[in-house]
Amino acid sequence: MPQVSKRSGAPSPWPQYPNDLPSEPVRFAPLERVRVRMSAPLGHIRTPFYIRGCSGTIERLCGSFPNPEELAQQRSGLPAQPLYRVRFLQKNVWHGYRGHPADVIEVEIFQHWLEKADTRTRDE
Amino acid sequence: MATRRHAPEALIARSHHDMGGRPAGKVKRVEHEAEDWERRVDALMVLLTGVLDGKRQMTVDELRKNIEALGPQAYDRMSYYERWVISITQTMIQHGVITTDELGRKMEEVKARTEDPCRK
Amino acid sequence: MSDRRELGKYQPLSYFQLMEVSLRELLVEKGVVTEQAVQTALESVRSRTPERGARVVARAWVDPRYKASLLENGTRAVEHLGLELPATKLVVVENTPAVHNVIVCTLCSCYPRMLLGIPPEWYKSRNYRSRVVREPRAVLAEFGTKIPKRVRIRVHDSTADMRYLVLPMRPKGTEGWSEERLASLVTRDCMIGVSLPKRP
Repeated sequence: MPQVSKRSGAPSPWPQYPNDLPSEPVRFAPLERVRVRMSAPLGHIRTPFYIRGCSGTIERLCGSFPNPEELAQQRSGLPAQPLYRVRFLQKNVWHGYRGHPADVIEVEIFQHWLEKADTRTRDE
Repeated sequence: MATRRHAPEALIARSHHDMGGRPAGKVKRVEHEAEDWERRVDALMVLLTGVLDGKRQMTVDELRKNIEALGPQAYDRMSYYERWVISITQTMIQHGVITTDELGRKMEEVKARTEDPCRK
Repeated sequence: MSDRRELGKYQPLSYFQLMEVSLRELLVEKGVVTEQAVQTALESVRSRTPERGARVVARAWVDPRYKASLLENGTRAVEHLGLELPATKLVVVENTPAVHNVIVCTLCSCYPRMLLGIPPEWYKSRNYRSRVVREPRAVLAEFGTKIPKRVRIRVHDSTADMRYLVLPMRPKGTEGWSEERLASLVTRDCMIGVSLPKRP
């Protein structure tokens, strides 16, 4: 099991809330840099509009859960999707953000909304 | 993604309920003591989602989806549990647990039963 | 219907109240739910109050090992205190001298209901949900909570299966206090992160 940095406050068990559901393979590890897909489909979506296109780091793997987009349509949502808490610097999310430069926003995002970020961009 | 602000696609690409970061006013620190009927709606949701070991009839995701489908005006003007009761009822119709006709007739029956008997 | 009659003044059911009665009666008639089950669920909803969260916070304040277990797996630690926490995956986030946490659900009103009860009206409001992610300091100031500039803020948007509890810092001047007395300082709002605990 990967060791998670204690500085992030993320727990070391991996995932935090395991279950027995059939799941997509886990693709991302804590501290890995990811980008939220800039997509605007229809249906019930739990990836907020404000965070799409933003890059951040994986804070923890929460576990794998049925896809809410599918549950909303009376379907099973399986295989379960890995769900991460992703940490973003507020100054990278909001134009003209006024606050501490290390202020963050942490959002739960399902794996299918994430892609590997350009590693050349500035670290969190 | 460039969309003209008032273009129809802007209304669809970003749903009205997805409001994080939008301009808004000061937070009104109101407290609302839930009325009995509101608590019953909350309790019904607990029951129907199978939280207390009952059979799961619907998911919280369907509740949310049907609230999101209310449209901006209804969403803004309805209170929290008004949105919930409409959404739960819509979900039950979508599942075929109740039909529109059954609901209509029941509502007429309840209305007649609870109307002020002094009023003719 | 006692909630619509005041001292002889008749008030008809609103459209939505009518909907609630009609829905419930239809579901009972069809055997989907029973009146008893509705009553049981109602009692369960009523029994959930912020005092439950306050107990958890107070225990974490007096017991460092409990606090560590709470941060590692919130649900397991809460249940360890004998508090039932069905259908809740709890993430506890800790305030420190350097970090302040605040919780929101921008998309609806996700909240650890099974622990704390029904969320406050303002938590579900357009203004809170829209602004706290973008200008947390300004919103906290509207609650009378001033976060020093040197303290960084972590906002948590509860968008999926996790539910959040803020573990505030233990107020100074409470040395030797019992857990019960400590719990009396813990308000619902300080577990959401818009306030600090009451002063001793």
